[in-house]
Amino acid sequence: MKDPTLVVAGLLTLSAGTFAFRFSGPLLRQRIAFPPWASRLLETAAVVLLAALIATTALTKGHGFAGLARPAGVLAGGVLAWRKAPFLVVVLAAAATTAVLRLLGVP
Amino acid sequence: MSSIYRTLTGGTLRDIALACLAVWFIGLSYGAIAVASGFPLWVPAAQSVLVLAGASEFLFIGIVAAGGNPLAAALAGLLVNARHLPYGLALPDMTGPAVTGRRWRRLLGSHVMNDESVVFALAQEDLPRKRAAYWACGLGVLVCWPAGAILGALIGSVIRNTGAFGLDAMFPAVILALIMPALRDRVTLRAALAGAVIALAATPFLPAGLPVLLALAGVLIVVITRPASRPASPPASPPASPPASRGAAR
Repeated sequence: MKDPTLVVAGLLTLSAGTFAFRFSGPLLRQRIAFPPWASRLLETAAVVLLAALIATTALTKGHGFAGLARPAGVLAGGVLAWRKAPFLVVVLAAAATTAVLRLLGVP
Repeated sequence: MSSIYRTLTGGTLRDIALACLAVWFIGLSYGAIAVASGFPLWVPAAQSVLVLAGASEFLFIGIVAAGGNPLAAALAGLLVNARHLPYGLALPDMTGPAVTGRRWRRLLGSHVMNDESVVFALAQEDLPRKRAAYWACGLGVLVCWPAGAILGALIGSVIRNTGAFGLDAMFPAVILALIMPALRDRVTLRAALAGAVIALAATPFLPAGLPVLLALAGVLIVVITRPASRPASPPASPPASPPASRGAAR
């Protein structure tokens, strides 16, 4: 590991900043009155951010492609979720698909 | 918090328990990956309690392990976690009125805001249920994520290759399963797809974390298509069904 002091500084920065994000959202909302369409838009914004998080964590590693095994697993989970399969089935199927593909030599 | 059990239906409680179990599983892989990357146990343990946001913690560990500056890694993590600001704007008040002496509740209520607790809250129909789901899931994650991370770090020396078990596919699958009800709304789906494409296109060029924020431009799809799509959409579903995206599966 790198210099522990620097790691602690990074860890505390991330913790404090994340808490500030979490704390200021509800605070701002109280100050500003939101019309329903704005709330609806913000709800969509949250889903869009999560979808982007899914796409990047499923398909990319660093600045490049993550390989086929991981997105294939996520896709398998996604299809099951679309068919309203139980949550644990979705998650375990995603991991199992990726694991089996890697066992077969798919990157 | 006893009101949680009166307010929520068994199905929702079961889903929340399963989500927390999945978080525990992901925590296992996180702790194991952190230790395998050369970090001592206290790093994933402290992060899991203090940061309590999986994606940014994975990112932090990954950047520092790859030789990056921990402060730069923290900034990248903050970019990923900036989504908590719009979460707070999107949710109705989850902590109740700011009565003196309830300050701890507001602080804790902010800290347990995460992807899962927000999604479960949004999926509920009325405010009491939203609050109950938020707290049940938030507190569950507050316990399960560190518990998984610490156990994972302890057994990290045993599972050397977490990739072989496909654990890296679990995190996106969990989030995908959670937003699936919202994605059944076609406009939301289009915006989400646009956001995903933007983030993917930007990933080769921008520092980690920025592409996800850039994806917010996908929301513009809603602004552009909503006025046109509303009168055009045929009332195929029963008229009583709400037009909102939430709660299709629950």
